[in-house]
Amino acid sequence: MTDRPSAPPSPIDAAEAARLAEIARRIRVEVIRAVNHARAGHIGGPLSAADILAALYFHVLRIRPEEPAWPDRDRFILSKGHSSIALYAAMALRGYFPVEELLTFDAAHSRLQGHPDMTRLPGLDMSTGSLGMGLSAGMGIALGARLTGRSCRTYVMVGDGECQEGEVWEAAMAAARYGLDNLVAIIDHNRLQQYGWPGDGPDGRTPPQAPGELAGKWSAFGWRVLEVDGHDVAEIVRVLEEAGRGDGRPVVVIAATIKGKGISFMEGHYYWHTRAIKPEEFELAMAELGERVAPAGTTGGLR
Amino acid sequence: MTLPMGRPMREVFGETVAELASADPRIVMLDGDLGSSTRADIFEKAHPDKYLQMGIAEQNMLGVAAGLATMGLIPFISTFVSFAVVRPLDQVRVLIAQTGLNVKITAGYGGLFTGQTGMSHIIVDDLSITRTMPGMVVVAPADDTEAREVLRWAAAYQGPCFVRLVRDATQRLFEDGHRFELGKVVPIREGADVTIFSTGSQTPRVVDATDLLAARGIDAHLVHVPTIKPLDVDAIVAAAGRTGRVITVEEHTIMGGLGGAVAETLSEHRPMRVDRIGLRDVYPESGPNDALLDIYGLSAVRVAEQVEAILRRR
Repeated sequence: MTDRPSAPPSPIDAAEAARLAEIARRIRVEVIRAVNHARAGHIGGPLSAADILAALYFHVLRIRPEEPAWPDRDRFILSKGHSSIALYAAMALRGYFPVEELLTFDAAHSRLQGHPDMTRLPGLDMSTGSLGMGLSAGMGIALGARLTGRSCRTYVMVGDGECQEGEVWEAAMAAARYGLDNLVAIIDHNRLQQYGWPGDGPDGRTPPQAPGELAGKWSAFGWRVLEVDGHDVAEIVRVLEEAGRGDGRPVVVIAATIKGKGISFMEGHYYWHTRAIKPEEFELAMAELGERVAPAGTTGGLR
Repeated sequence: MTLPMGRPMREVFGETVAELASADPRIVMLDGDLGSSTRADIFEKAHPDKYLQMGIAEQNMLGVAAGLATMGLIPFISTFVSFAVVRPLDQVRVLIAQTGLNVKITAGYGGLFTGQTGMSHIIVDDLSITRTMPGMVVVAPADDTEAREVLRWAAAYQGPCFVRLVRDATQRLFEDGHRFELGKVVPIREGADVTIFSTGSQTPRVVDATDLLAARGIDAHLVHVPTIKPLDVDAIVAAAGRTGRVITVEEHTIMGGLGGAVAETLSEHRPMRVDRIGLRDVYPESGPNDALLDIYGLSAVRVAEQVEAILRRR
């Protein structure tokens, strides 16, 4: 969408865009660091979502990290809960909890569970992980906000592969019927799922949807469809602010992203959905992200 | 003597939740397009702005309920047990039980009385499924009086619960003034020969069965167990100990529900033989209510026959 001539200018200036891009870079660094430390975890999806999360948590969302249960806060649900480490990184950088705690990701007794658990970590607006459920919960929050007279907005990030779940479309139909224009779905459209159908695409797989398929489907379900380059923070902010101008329809933002974005050898490969990182891959990834890594043989001191 | 008929629990459901919503503005009703059957339509008439039609999309409905609960609202669910528990089972598990959110899964058409719909609609393993779900409270009221009390309790209780309601009029056991207390059994009849535990709307039929048994010289001790979880362990162990012979009766599979819970409890605390009356490994067929009770051995006459046979075998 960045090359669309009719696109209005982004509401943010170059300095703010640079700040958000740097935060997205730091989210990616923390994702790689935490997954490497845990020796397990999803990688490709968290990396594709990093810029959107930076824009949300550092510019768009009306939140109070020091008061995570603030009743009038905007809500965010990561329906593609397997990308939890990217959300945790955004939250830690925003001040919900210490950045050091990210290294407890996936460990026993951690608040940072493999998939988000709202009963453990303040600031999570819903537990997710079983795909397809987040939009329903988000619809309930948006409907509840209307019933209780709260002006908060609810954002739900859904995976493109996740859109194969029937419940997503149950929620899409019901939210449109209620005209919930305080509800925004953001599709992380990275065109890969964990494994995918066999085909003649990259690595012998086929993307979850054909080009344009998602926009057509959401539009047919009664949603206002906006599209954006999911790695251009200025454009993401512009589109999410546009999404806030309600017209009686729920809004879906289809964000074109690249799975594994930011690490050259991970980009566009389904097998980096979840995979242990080898030591040499870790060093290369950190180098590509412009991050200094402690010499081999030392412990800790990675920052 | 046979207990009189009460009112259908579904009417009590619509009326009681409507009354509760008049006093508590947080209460809303989510309907899976069955309000004319579950009698959520009574609620809708009283509170059109609090009645939320969710259409024929139960997975979404249970998820919406979770979201509403995070906003401080108290959603009650209107659909059949099959479509409130099993169809959206993963949504109940992940979004409601695991989160502990304040959703009331108040489902109608529990047990065999589903208006002659057959095995797709009849569900007889709902108590087993919900009981084994961490965080879920499970209640099966005996009659219209107790159903009203349970619904009042549910509105005040903070957390998820499953309440099994019945479509048609069933026999009335309790008078006005009866109080439901979560996790407590209700002693119904003192007796010395055998301890019978029963739950839900099966209990009034077991009351009639104990009258038939008394006429044949069998003095049964009957305990109603409206709360399947948390189970009243101490009272169950004590009641079992009174006679040393235990039989459970439920309009439900004998696997994992009341019979399972009692057998597990006694095997840990006071091992003794437990015989379970209920549905065997079967999907029930459609038919008139009385015919189904007879086929599956749950009428008063058939329960009395089975109790007598069990005691004769022992």
